[in-house]
Order: sequence, then structure tokens, then C-alpha cells
Amino acid sequence: MTIVQTLISGILLGGIYSLISMGLNLILGVVRIVNFAHGELLMIAMYISFLFYTTMGLDPYVSAILVIICLFLLGVLTQRFMIQPILDTPASTKIFATLGLSIALQNLALMTLSANHLSVKTSYQTSVINIGELAVSIPRLVAFGAAVGVAVVLYLFLQKTLTGKAIRAVAMQKQAAFLMGINVKRIYLLAFGIGSGLVGLAGALLMPIYSVYPTIGASFILIAFVVVVLGGMGSMFGAFFGGLIIGLVEALSGVIFDPGLKEAIYFVIFIMVLLVRPSGIFSLGKGAEEVGLK
Amino acid sequence: MLKLQNVNLFYGEIQALWDLSFEIKEGQIAALLGANAAGKSSAINAISGIEKISSGEITLFDKEIHKMSPHEIVEEGIIQVPEGRKLFNYMPIQENLELGAYSKRAKKDFKKNLRFVYDLFPILEERKSQMAGDLSGGQQQMVAIARGLMANPKLLIIDELSLGLAPILVQQLIKDLINIRNTGITILLVEQNVQQSLAIASDAYVLENGRLALSGNATELINDPHLKKAYLGM
Ligand SMILES: Nc1ncnc2c1ncn2[C@@H]1O[C@H](COP(=O)(O)OP(=O)(O)O)[C@@H](O)[C@H]1O
Ligand SMILES: [Mg+2]
Repeated sequence: MTIVQTLISGILLGGIYSLISMGLNLILGVVRIVNFAHGELLMIAMYISFLFYTTMGLDPYVSAILVIICLFLLGVLTQRFMIQPILDTPASTKIFATLGLSIALQNLALMTLSANHLSVKTSYQTSVINIGELAVSIPRLVAFGAAVGVAVVLYLFLQKTLTGKAIRAVAMQKQAAFLMGINVKRIYLLAFGIGSGLVGLAGALLMPIYSVYPTIGASFILIAFVVVVLGGMGSMFGAFFGGLIIGLVEALSGVIFDPGLKEAIYFVIFIMVLLVRPSGIFSLGKGAEEVGLK
Repeated sequence: MLKLQNVNLFYGEIQALWDLSFEIKEGQIAALLGANAAGKSSAINAISGIEKISSGEITLFDKEIHKMSPHEIVEEGIIQVPEGRKLFNYMPIQENLELGAYSKRAKKDFKKNLRFVYDLFPILEERKSQMAGDLSGGQQQMVAIARGLMANPKLLIIDELSLGLAPILVQQLIKDLINIRNTGITILLVEQNVQQSLAIASDAYVLENGRLALSGNATELINDPHLKKAYLGM
């Protein structure tokens, strides 16, 4: 029974990985930028959530919408003032820019907020729902439910609305998007904003489960990269299920091997996918260049 | 309606257009001709704002457009059907057409234009749920033209209409262009295929190495000895 228990809790936490990875993949697929500072966005989201909790006594679930808005705006600003000016530069410049941002934000947090782990106290933190003999953690269940809900909404937005179609059009065929009168720069702002907003939600949902500290982004960005490679670059669908799979793998490796080995196992998956199916298991066998977002 | 004056365009150090000047008259089919790499696509990408010109002037009805961004130029009514069609391959035909009507100027006439393009190309309505990438070359070119028409153009620029298509298909599409022109849309046909283009164009401009080599009335150009030698192999 304990193994089933562990697996369930792994999949549930995977929902958060899905959110983070969908955000990373949206930015990658549309803006064609590998956002190495994505983990730091998560760190910032959690600190903001923590701040709402300590200063106003807002429960992380209540302040989630505010955190999402803050991160959306932060994403828009990052795109406007940091990425947009270097869009036409070589890929290496872009990598150094976001990598530099990541290091700068980490150190800024270390300087101003110290390396202490901060966490919130909620009444439901350790609550569980009992299903038969299984005890399912409430915060994890909420996180999973919210992740699935948001993934569905995002999917419908991208598939059914004109703006969503324009986002996919930019990802799929940028020049034609320009020629059809789509304001590509604005689509970039929106994509970076939404991608960051997803991280905002992930941060809010994590707050009752984890504590926050300046380098927390590092472990999550690693997971997000593995998920994106696993699910396929530009594939929202792949990022969603990839996140759940990694949640499961993490839980499994904790049981079978040793929790300390989980990052090594991510790397094994990472390398195996790159060797066996470099386009990711959910992609149509084509890169984001052709397919755009799915 | 559209006027280029002394337009120069560079890709880095390489100059692609040299003091290019020409004017397209409203209500016409005009042809921009030239061999591969002559600078035809560069010229129309300058018009569409995809490439920024380093000097010179581009005006539409005397309004400067060369400093505008591509989406603003679309709002002015200049629509380009790009070389190689560049469809949204993983979207159905219908969504390609919806995105053609993305601009503000196009949205108000969405229904009317959709009816128009489906009447022009009935096969597209039959297959509207099919992915654009799964269509034949000729059908893809129809989608590309239809997508351009959905944008409600004053001036429709078509880059390499005939590329990769069977001659019979090209002839049919050229007939369609005449129908489109008859609705009041000005057309700039960009082609390597000199003979077919001159047959339907009123005025034509011939580029060589980024410079205007010849220009004038299409019927006169057909008989131009230089053009005959350079392009028709006569
Ligand atoms: N994006 C680009 N970067 C650098 N050079 C380019 C680019 N696009 C076109 N060129 C060069 O400009 C010249 C004109 O090309 P183009 O305008 O595509 O000609 P055409 O459409 O008549 O075949 C060619 O020498 C081509 O190699
Ligand atoms: Mg060309």
C-alpha cells in the first residue's frame, strides 16, 4: 500500500512540474528563448506568496491570483526590457542573458532575503483525505486539481480563441504571422507573461508544501528541462504529461533507490530521450520549428 | 497607389536593392520580374515592412509606410502572399483563413470575404477542416491566396505564384487573379516566370542584381530585345 501511496503523491506533485514546464515550453515555442531564469521566477513567486502571507495574513490559495498577476507582469517586463532588445542576436547571447538573469536574481535574493528557508503555516498543511487505506495530502490534491484545470483552460485558450490561434501562428510560421498583421512583439509579451503566470500559480500552490529559499529555482529548472525534452519542445500536451511522469519517477526513485539519487535519474532520462527520441515522446516526430505549439 | 523612390536595402554588408524606384497604379495587375536572387522578394519584404530600408521612401497614396511595422502596413491594406506559401501547416484551412482576417481592417468584412474566397475556391470550403499542410501544392497556393484575400487587401502582392505548380494549375490561378483584380483589388505579381506574367500584367518591372533593369507597359516589354535575350532565350 505504501508504494501506491507514494506513487499517488508523486503524480499529484507532478501537476506542479507540469505547470512550470508548460510555462517554460510556451516561452520556448513562441519566443524561441530558453529561459534559464524560469526557476528564479518560481522562487520570486513563492517569496511573493510568502510576503502576502506574513504582511496581510493571506492564505497562499487566496493570494494565488495576485501572485499570478505579479508574475505575469514580471514576465511581460522581462520580455520587453531584456529579451526584446536581443531578439535578433545569436542564440548564445540569449542563453547568456537569461542565464545571467538567473544568477543575478539568485544572488539578489541571497543578499536581501538571506539563505533562510521560509514557510507558511496553514490549517490544511498536513491534512489528508482518506480513500480506502490511502491517505492523500490535501495541498497536493489541490495543486494537482488546479494544474489540471489550468492546463485545460490554457489548451482551450490556445485552440479556440483568435488570440490563442495567433500565438500558435507565431510559433508555427513567424513570417506569415507578420504578414497577416499579427503584432508579433505583442504576442511575445503575452507568451512570456502567460508562461511566467503559470510559474506564479505553481509557486502559490507549492507554498503550503515546500519552504522557499533563494536557490529553490535550481532544482525546479532542472526538472522543467527534463520534462520539456521528454514531452517535446513546444508541446504543451507533452509538458503536461511529462510533468506527471517526472513526478511519478521522482516518487518511484525515492522508493526503489534513494531520494538523493533522483536528480541523477532525471539526467539518465534526459540523455535517454535525447538519444532515442530527440523530438520528445509526445511530439509528432518534428521539432517546434515546424509544429509550433500543440 | 504604391510608390518606391530610391530604395536601398542591405543585409548586413550586402546590398540587395540599389536605388530602386517604381510605381504601381491602382486597379492594375503589375508584374515584378527577375531571375532568382534578383531582389524581388527583398523588394516586397521592404514594402511589407519585414525588412527595413536604409534609405529611400515607400509611400501608399502619398502616405509614408517604410517606417511602419509589418502589422501597421497590413492595416493600410498591403497584403503579401509569401514565397513558398508559408501556411500554418498544422492548422485547418478554416483557421488559416481566420488568421488571414486577424487585422482590424479585415475583421469587419470577415463573413463577406469568407464567402468570396469560398466561392472563388470551392474546394477549400469542402476541405475546410483539413490541415493546410496535408493539401496538394495547388490547393496550398489557393489557401495562401485566400488567406491573403481574407485580410481585405487594397494591394495584394503574390510572390512566386507559379513555383512548383503544374502549368495548367498556374493558368487556372492566373484566371482567378483576373477575377480578383475585377473586384477592385490591385495585384503585384512577383515572378521568375516572365511570359505568363507579362500576358496578364499591365505594367511590368524587371530587376537585375537589385537594380531596376527595365520597366514599362507589359505588351511593349514582351517585344523588348534585351528581355527576350535574357529571359525568354530568344
Ligand atoms: N535574409 C537574408 N539575408 C541575407 N541575404 C539575403 C537575405 N534574403 C535575401 N538575401 C540575398 O539578397 C539577394 C536577393 O534575394 P531575393 O530578394 O530573395 O531575390 P529573389 O526573390 O529575386 O529571388 C540574394 O543575393 C539573396 O541571397
Ligand atoms: Mg524570391
